Amino acid sequence: MTKVTMTVNGKAVSKEVSGNTLMTEFLRDALHLTGTHVGCDTSQCGACVIHVDGKSVKACTMFAAEAEGAEVVTIEGMANPDGSLSVIQQAFQDHHGLQCGFCTPGMVMTAAKLLEENPRPSEHEIRDYLEGNICRCTGYHNIVKAIMAASGQDVSGIAAE
Amino acid sequence: MPKDHGIGAAQKRREDVRFLTGAGQYTDDISVYGQTYCAFLRSDVAHGTIKSIDTSDAEAMPGVLRIFTGKDFEGIGGLPCGWQVTDKHGEPMKEPGHPVLAQGKVRHVGDPFAAVIAETLEEARDAAEAIVYDIEELPAVVNMKAALEEGATKVHDDLSDNLCYDWQFGSDQTDVDKAFAEAAHITTLELVNNRLVANPMEPRVALGEYNRANDESTLYTTSQNPHVIRLLMGAFVLGIPEHKLRVVAPDVGGGFGTKIFHYAEEAFVTFASRQLNRPVKWTSTRSEAFMSDAHGRDHVTKIELALDAENNFTGLRTDTLANMGAYLSTFSSSIPTWLHGTLMAGNYKTPAIQVNVKAVFTNTVPVDAYRGAGRPEATFQLERLVDKAARELGVDPIALRRQNFIDSFPYATPVAVEYDTGDYVATMDKLEEMIDRQGFEARREESRKRGKLRGLGVNCYIEACGIAPSNLVGQLGARAGLYDAATVRVNATGSISVMVGAHSHGQGHETAFPQVVAEMLGIDESMIDIVHGDSSKIPFGMGTYGSRSLAVCGSAMVRATEKIINKAKKIASHLLEASEADIELKDGQFTVAGTDKSVAWGDVTLAAYVPHNYPLEEIEPGLEETAFYDPSNFTYPSGAYACEVEVDPETGRVEILSFAAADDFGNVVNPMIVEGQVHGGIAQGIGQAMLENCVYDENGQLLSASYMDYAMPRAEDVPFFQVDHSCATPCTHNPLGVKGCGEAGAIGSPPAVVNAVLDALNAGGMKVDHIDMPLSPHRVWKAMQG
Repeated sequence: MTKVTMTVNGKAVSKEVSGNTLMTEFLRDALHLTGTHVGCDTSQCGACVIHVDGKSVKACTMFAAEAEGAEVVTIEGMANPDGSLSVIQQAFQDHHGLQCGFCTPGMVMTAAKLLEENPRPSEHEIRDYLEGNICRCTGYHNIVKAIMAASGQDVSGIAAE
Repeated sequence: MPKDHGIGAAQKRREDVRFLTGAGQYTDDISVYGQTYCAFLRSDVAHGTIKSIDTSDAEAMPGVLRIFTGKDFEGIGGLPCGWQVTDKHGEPMKEPGHPVLAQGKVRHVGDPFAAVIAETLEEARDAAEAIVYDIEELPAVVNMKAALEEGATKVHDDLSDNLCYDWQFGSDQTDVDKAFAEAAHITTLELVNNRLVANPMEPRVALGEYNRANDESTLYTTSQNPHVIRLLMGAFVLGIPEHKLRVVAPDVGGGFGTKIFHYAEEAFVTFASRQLNRPVKWTSTRSEAFMSDAHGRDHVTKIELALDAENNFTGLRTDTLANMGAYLSTFSSSIPTWLHGTLMAGNYKTPAIQVNVKAVFTNTVPVDAYRGAGRPEATFQLERLVDKAARELGVDPIALRRQNFIDSFPYATPVAVEYDTGDYVATMDKLEEMIDRQGFEARREESRKRGKLRGLGVNCYIEACGIAPSNLVGQLGARAGLYDAATVRVNATGSISVMVGAHSHGQGHETAFPQVVAEMLGIDESMIDIVHGDSSKIPFGMGTYGSRSLAVCGSAMVRATEKIINKAKKIASHLLEASEADIELKDGQFTVAGTDKSVAWGDVTLAAYVPHNYPLEEIEPGLEETAFYDPSNFTYPSGAYACEVEVDPETGRVEILSFAAADDFGNVVNPMIVEGQVHGGIAQGIGQAMLENCVYDENGQLLSASYMDYAMPRAEDVPFFQVDHSCATPCTHNPLGVKGCGEAGAIGSPPAVVNAVLDALNAGGMKVDHIDMPLSPHRVWKAMQG
């Protein structure tokens, strides 16, 4: 067991972990942050995407010990300080970019990172960037649309949601 | 002006806020005090005799509490099949036992034969790996045709062969024979409906908890129908009285059919938690899901269409082999029969139809309902066949369809169902408008200039939703009723909890159901909450599958709300000192007709619970009503779909350029949710057509057992979809006039995609009659080479 200290959603946390504790297990079991979901065991689905030191990371592909000293943001840390939904979260609701909600945290985290890197992505750029996230419910139509809307683009010409 | 509340409003979903902030509560998010963890040991061979299982080393490992094997389940019921099919000779289908843990033999890769309970998940998994076992591998049968051959390896020793049933259905043999004997043209097609894995993004989870104080068990599980699981597990597997069993299905991360069924893991954790007096939790990995969640589709079919000299459809006959896998999953037997055979008429007035289905046991994971369940298989056969017929006859495929459309309703098909309403011409008209068919040839020419082959594929579909009525399905072999139930509990302050038997796993019930009740009562939706998913809180309902939530459970909710209104009017008449017959409810006010005397909703509800000065001999206190609703018929959504593709003649790669869907769902409560459902269905259908394939080798090894090998559709694989539902012909027999929309996309889209690719190839000068799904570049390229 080793002690790991990091900042998660702006709050300092310090816990004992074993060397093979995955970041997903640390967040879900030790911190009870269950918004980070586990949808597969091959790092394919993207339901567990979080931000670590400003980078988009699949939390199932890193050990908790690797996050020593890191700034970690999970879906629980994405809303505005007053509790209202952030622009990207609100766009997902406004454009029905989610159904069962299981892939949604990873989608939101990926989308947020995309918009940081590319504030006005094209449809193609969005679809390309979502390569590591699988959604089984929405057919991606409304996810792509929501991300375009969150970037300030006019989506009224896209088929109705 | 679009409505902003009530029925027909595209209201944003209230459940989204919790899902978007990580506050949803899925089953794996639940942990209870004293929880232990379970790991299953699953067969790595498709067929084998269990010679020995030595658990002694594993039992001594750290944290291990108990190891179970099949022996612990001797004398305990196996997993039941919920639908008995009678074969064409009047014999019941064969029903082999399906033990919770395999006994004597394993019959598919993934068949569980031991399970470890330990203090941590890691300890459970380590100990499972340390179990020493000897399984003598036996030859496996994977291919259905081979499984039916004389002398084939038997999946179940106690059965005479691998044939579960040989089912025949439809018109008289003489009528069908006559249609073919007199046909001017016969089109024949052989095709495969590829095996799929449903893959909801949330893997299955089961957490069993036992309370010794009151002898009650609670099962938290990823289920689409908690009451059905409670009944099946209580009555048929573990023998626990239902009132001592509570089943909770909280937020569920997608189902698509695969979470309808009662699985061994659910019964196991419930049983084990009682044995250990500790909660037991099992969380499936995705790799486990591939070999333990029921698969979908997997049909091999030969289908023939007879046409007269004027190109009218005169006869249809179809022979299907349907894979059941190694055991009968909960509703598996009904899928290739009653949910597939009865839809073989499609949208066409073919007078003589015969459906033959042989259901076959193989050493593969059990196959059961997956989004559409039987209807996609029927639609794919029929719509591929009609396209082939049009090509052979040299006629326009849309014109051939239009010529043969059923055009008057109600219409009784030769395969025993009666379509109540529909307008297939209208949906096809709408589709042609949406896709700019006039401009297609110019687009094709533009593609040709770039060296690409462009194709347009069109098809129709019809499906049967809102599964019911109970007395009919009972005659057909269902071992359950197929009504649903709702309780409307009005609180003293006028707010309402509606307890429903339907289960929401992405369909937005928490938003759509209150829209209906709010509209009926004239109050704000925010006053109404939906309670679902907990057998201790809801009336006995049948859950959500087959697009039955609004059509069946929503109708129960309407009936219960009508009872509420009737009673509230009685109370209002007392408060207003007027005749009950003169009371009107509008905008949340009870008014005496023709006067300005009124009393508000909240005053009436308060009076119901504060019955001072109240004629109690006439009106009971309280305001809570339950209704069970059993529909008189299925509902029949229908539509027309189109796909435009470009094929690269050098590589066989197919790009989907556009996809359009014109659906008739009857009345629509929340158009935003409905369109989202169609989008998802189309993507799954495109997945089947282009990417997804569950593949076994000849020894029964599952080759596509993770997302590394099973190609799930991703954002780049699909375009924006055009979706329309304006061609509405309301259902005539439910109070909402709704038909159901959840499966349409998955039913309507595969033939559109395949028809489009074949159109591209044939227009490019290649004669290709058919390519089996998925249309991988390799398959398309091979087909292009002749």
